[in-house]
Amino acid sequence: MKHLLSINDLGAEGIDEVCRLADHFTEVSQRPIPKVPALRGKTVAMLFYEDSTRTRLSFEVAARRLSADVMGFSVSASSVNKGESVRDTVATVSAMGPDAIVVRHRSAGVPQQTAAWTHASVINAGDGWHEHPTQALLDCYTIRDRLGSVAGRRIVIVGDIKHSRVARSCVMAFTALGAKVTLVAPPTLLPPEVGSWPVDISFSLDAVLSDCDVVYGLRVQKERQSEALLPSLREYTAQWGLTVARAARLHPDALVMHPGPVNRGVEIAPEVLDQPNATLNEQVRHGVAVRMAVLYLLLAADPDLRPEGAGT
Amino acid sequence: MEAEDIKRATWRMAHEIIERNHGLEGVVLVGLQTGGVWLAADIASALNAIEGVEPPLGTLDVAFHRDDIGLRPLLPEAPTKIPFNLDGQAVVIVDDVLYTGRTIRAALDALNSYGRPRTVQLAVMVDRGHRELPIRPDFVGKNLPTRRDEMVDAHRDGIDLGEIVK
Repeated sequence: MKHLLSINDLGAEGIDEVCRLADHFTEVSQRPIPKVPALRGKTVAMLFYEDSTRTRLSFEVAARRLSADVMGFSVSASSVNKGESVRDTVATVSAMGPDAIVVRHRSAGVPQQTAAWTHASVINAGDGWHEHPTQALLDCYTIRDRLGSVAGRRIVIVGDIKHSRVARSCVMAFTALGAKVTLVAPPTLLPPEVGSWPVDISFSLDAVLSDCDVVYGLRVQKERQSEALLPSLREYTAQWGLTVARAARLHPDALVMHPGPVNRGVEIAPEVLDQPNATLNEQVRHGVAVRMAVLYLLLAADPDLRPEGAGT
Repeated sequence: MEAEDIKRATWRMAHEIIERNHGLEGVVLVGLQTGGVWLAADIASALNAIEGVEPPLGTLDVAFHRDDIGLRPLLPEAPTKIPFNLDGQAVVIVDDVLYTGRTIRAALDALNSYGRPRTVQLAVMVDRGHRELPIRPDFVGKNLPTRRDEMVDAHRDGIDLGEIVK
């Protein structure tokens, strides 16, 4: 595998491989010196056209723990402000010889385009409403770590499905591994093509709450409030928020997950976020190990990249 | 070598480890994944039978520290578990077969991440020669001259010699 653009590039077997490899990198991260020389001499470029805290930091930490060099790039301090096109920026970055380019962009498909413009491996770190594969991978890893496996789990994803790249990648990953996924959202926040997805759909969180292993809350994207898809945030919380009262009806072992950043008190009540079955910080921690696994698979361990008969 | 010979060699190496370190104070064993793990466990129980002390026992997979990453797909095969600090300890690296020495170089590199041992020693069941690095074993079960195109496999029941099928 040369690029990670979509969860579909991996399939169930690939997701399993990433998770098994992430186990090893979790151990590396717990060493007194949490660093291995595996990607010494490799360079990873960060091409983030959209704001990000955890994904960008996570990729940087992952690359550094593998001894790779990191080329930072922030749009606000670059020639993008002078009107440089994505294609020219990619050409410029590529000319400096990175082995991998991590791309985030507000438009779907930019990572695919980038892959066509460079010799480096391209990793999709979120493109528009399309996909966010490493988020889905770290969520699979978190569920596997807490519950033993993803297969057979009943996972409820609640919130703004329509505008969520996390939801798209998670639906693909969870169902590929054999989970039963139910989407819960106001009808205005479901994508039109949802009928073709291998999921159940419900408009009521209360109806599905007592019978699931994972509740996965999505961020309410306040910037989309102007589209009048929701009456108000209070209305949203009343119908679809994971309040203290709703959380009390969950199975005691059920996980409360969220990709962050979380609007405390909107999607999930602050008290619920502090309960031991809320995995938000674990998800972030696992994100580093999972991204180390992805970088290692793409840059070091891919048999397709090896010249014939090399090594002993 | 038969199973009985392997057992005798294991016990002799255990005695040598005690002799070299004047007891087992500060001695820890680290078996390399995957071939060295059974031998490390057997040496540990022999040490326990002789001295009445079971030394701390860890396992190490050196995949991320190898010098041939990028030349072939290298995925770790089994977990690394070193749940103790190595600062000031006498670490005995245990592996089944010593060949080029590159695995041991990677292991030495990996051990640095866990602290600064007082000394590092190397115990192997078979030394088959053909070193490519300045590395030598401290405790050897059997010296076995081989050709490069032979394959050597050491386990509890004995040592197998085979041809590499190309």
